[in-house]
Amino acid sequence: MKLFSITAVVAGLLASAAFAEPVAPSVVKYEDGVVMASLTGVAGDPVNGRDVFKNRKQGNCLACHVNAEMPEESFHGEVGPEMAGVADRWSVGELRGIVSNSKMMFEGTIMPAFYRDTGFDRPLEKFSGKTILTAQQVEDVVAYLRTLAE
Amino acid sequence: MMMTKTLLGAACLSVFALTVHAEEGAKLIIDGEELTIRANAPAHAENIDEVSSGWIYRSKETQALQLDDFDNPAFVFVDQAIDEWDKVDGSEGKACSSCHENVEDFAGLRPTLPRVDDGKLVSMENLVNECRTERMGAEPWKWSKGKMTSMTALIGVQSRGMPVNVAIDGDAAPFWDKGKELYYTRVGQLDMACSNCHEDNYDTMIRADHLSQGQINGFPTYRLKNAKLNSSHARFKGCMSNIRAEPYKEGGPEFQALELYLASRGQGLSVETPSVRN
Ligand code: HEC
Ligand code: HEC
Ligand code: HEC
Repeated sequence: MKLFSITAVVAGLLASAAFAEPVAPSVVKYEDGVVMASLTGVAGDPVNGRDVFKNRKQGNCLACHVNAEMPEESFHGEVGPEMAGVADRWSVGELRGIVSNSKMMFEGTIMPAFYRDTGFDRPLEKFSGKTILTAQQVEDVVAYLRTLAE
Repeated sequence: MMMTKTLLGAACLSVFALTVHAEEGAKLIIDGEELTIRANAPAHAENIDEVSSGWIYRSKETQALQLDDFDNPAFVFVDQAIDEWDKVDGSEGKACSSCHENVEDFAGLRPTLPRVDDGKLVSMENLVNECRTERMGAEPWKWSKGKMTSMTALIGVQSRGMPVNVAIDGDAAPFWDKGKELYYTRVGQLDMACSNCHEDNYDTMIRADHLSQGQINGFPTYRLKNAKLNSSHARFKGCMSNIRAEPYKEGGPEFQALELYLASRGQGLSVETPSVRN
């Protein structure tokens, strides 16, 4: 057990040495709601992105969006638009902007900002100063959304 | 965005988003008495046309539990309160029944609470605890614990079927204003206000939940989820935690103000206490 965690730490260190630090939430550049540059410089993994999309403790995007690509999931919310064809409607930069902070694109939206860590009123202690998703999870979910073409 | 989906056979893979919009004609009739589950919205709920009971949005099975008091699991707790009513407690050697002849005499109280007494906003829990501490010499009951929720259910059910009718002007106005502000303030890491779900999106599925207007005319409510009676403040707390916000204190000034504001948004709906929800 101990051995395993040490290996994990070492692997983590190697990974962060190999790649640049992710862009901090406060310095993400939005142009009309669009974020052109990758938050991590690492290509998004659509397979993990799919999991982030449905995971209740991560994106929980399925709470609000019907997603025809996940028929195996029983409950799809309908607060927001259906995800089918989202890749035809939005570019990578637009999707990155929408997921990172949708309020920059859709004023007054109910959709949470997944890559923002300040400006919240009364956040629960354990989430205070944190983003809902990590920079890489945002890239992963964006890569997954890009697969949803019709 | 309205979608009409039909539930296809199990063989079909696309069985998701079972869009179950509230049924128009459903009626809530208990013991031969029909309760008002839809009413024209009061003028002070300016963004909605109609107010509706949370009962409408529950599944058929959950709805059915509220149609008959023998099926309604909340009545186990109401019965416990009937026993408590006659129980002597505290230094004065008194029971509720020592001074209040019949609990039925509280008919008409539930729809008017919370209300302002001597400049203070009071909920039913405060009135009960005032009797316990000031008149019985007994310990106060905790806001959302079993003894309190059972007693507020027993007192509340005496007004079942009466229209919610809280005062929001005069002394009550500043409390109401504060409640309204809280209702529309975004909080938590998910950065949402009560209104984002319960006003902008009621009658919509949010994952497995069918969103209602978040009315409180049925409280305390028996929830299948925790198999007990729940105070309205406990429900507010749950909703705040779900959006990852630090909840206010149960019985504190913020939740009391919110209670008054929400009660006023249900003006005209019948008291449904004790209701059943999932
Ligand atoms: C609380 C509900 C909610 C959650 C959770 C949510 N969204 Fe949204 N989303 C919306 C709404 C509502 C809109 C429509 C924009 C608006 O408010 O006008 C939207 C819009 C979008 C759009 C643009 C869709 C289009 O076709 O125009 C995308 C893409 C999107 N969301 C992706 C996501 C992803 C990915 C997640 C999870 C990481 C997510 N959403 C979580 C409510 C939500
Ligand atoms: C020693 C006598 C006494 C006892 C014992 C007592 N009460 Fe009271 N209660 C009163 C009086 C007096 C009032 C105030 C009546 C008024 O203002 O009209 C009151 C008021 C109330 C009210 C508010 C009624 C209203 O219309 O505003 C409630 C509710 C209540 N009591 C519940 C209880 C419960 C429950 C118990 C037992 C846990 C209890 N009381 C025990 C004397 C008592
Ligand atoms: C993310 C969406 C969301 C937000 C924001 C939210 N709630 Fe809820 N609330 C729910 C869901 C889901 C339920 C259970 C289904 C239903 O009745 O809507 C619920 C239930 C309730 C109920 C029970 C209704 C009944 O009929 O028993 C009340 C009361 C309530 N909420 C009050 C509030 C208050 C007050 C706030 C703001 C502090 C709030 N909610 C914020 C999602 C939300």
